[in-house]
Amino acid sequence: MTARIGVVTFPGSLDDGDAARAARLAGAEAVRLWHADPDLHGVDAVVLPGGFSYGDYLRCGAIARFAPVMETIADAARGGLPVLGICNGFQILCEAHLLPGALTRNQHLHFRNRDQVLRVESAATAWTGSFAPGQEILVPVKNGEGCYVADERTLDELAATGRVVARYLQGNPNGSLRDIAAISNEAGNVVGIMPHPEHAVEALTGPSLDGLGFFTSLMKHLAGVTV
Amino acid sequence: MARVVVDVMLKPEILDPQGQAVANALPRLGVADVASVRIGRRVEIEFSGEPDLDRAREIADKLLANPVIEDFAVRLHEDEDVPA
Repeated sequence: MTARIGVVTFPGSLDDGDAARAARLAGAEAVRLWHADPDLHGVDAVVLPGGFSYGDYLRCGAIARFAPVMETIADAARGGLPVLGICNGFQILCEAHLLPGALTRNQHLHFRNRDQVLRVESAATAWTGSFAPGQEILVPVKNGEGCYVADERTLDELAATGRVVARYLQGNPNGSLRDIAAISNEAGNVVGIMPHPEHAVEALTGPSLDGLGFFTSLMKHLAGVTV
Repeated sequence: MARVVVDVMLKPEILDPQGQAVANALPRLGVADVASVRIGRRVEIEFSGEPDLDRAREIADKLLANPVIEDFAVRLHEDEDVPA
């Protein structure tokens, strides 16, 4: 059976269309989920896309966290459902306490929009199994509040337990502590990433096809889970 | 109307680039004796009945502030500070 990847649309989401397209290109069926509908419609995984949910009012992701769909996703994520939060989705996962730490204003206060080299640090997540640890990839980054912060103890623990999923190479675009671009939860099913793999899935529009690896990794992961 | 004021500030150890940008602009106003500026948020909550400080604290903890990076203080409007 075809894997079903749910993509949530919040008011203010921007990259839900690209995320759904990336899911389809990876061979999955993309299922559009709506913020006000708590039903996950039987999806096998969920992507929280980039954008400015609820206008980024208060703090990025702070209001989306209380959307009806998020309560269901939080429960399901604790039960092992693979969830990928991209950019604003990463912010929502931190606000929902599904990932530690927080994302704050870029240290230099400028919005950064460029193609960014990352090093995949961990292939032991539901979303990165197709990469080789240490592999360098190129994906777009575009954020104003992408500076990852957490206390030293949390940062040490993330590093020691292999939960830093990707780091910025060749220049940190936002001041993120320890060059962190992506992290995962303990179980590895929940991943938050600030750059945009869903924008690097086709030669026509992306700087590479490297982003597709996150979605094909998930397909591999789901196949392993169901077989 | 009964109002509760919630002040939300970044924790001291969290970098406040916005405050730094303001501090860096001060010399252009001829101000040279400011050591640092930090920017927070003031939220005024109006209850329909009696102001409820415990309720306001809950609101601040769950939504208005992110305890990972921010501290908050709750007080009655025009009243003494009440520790959070």
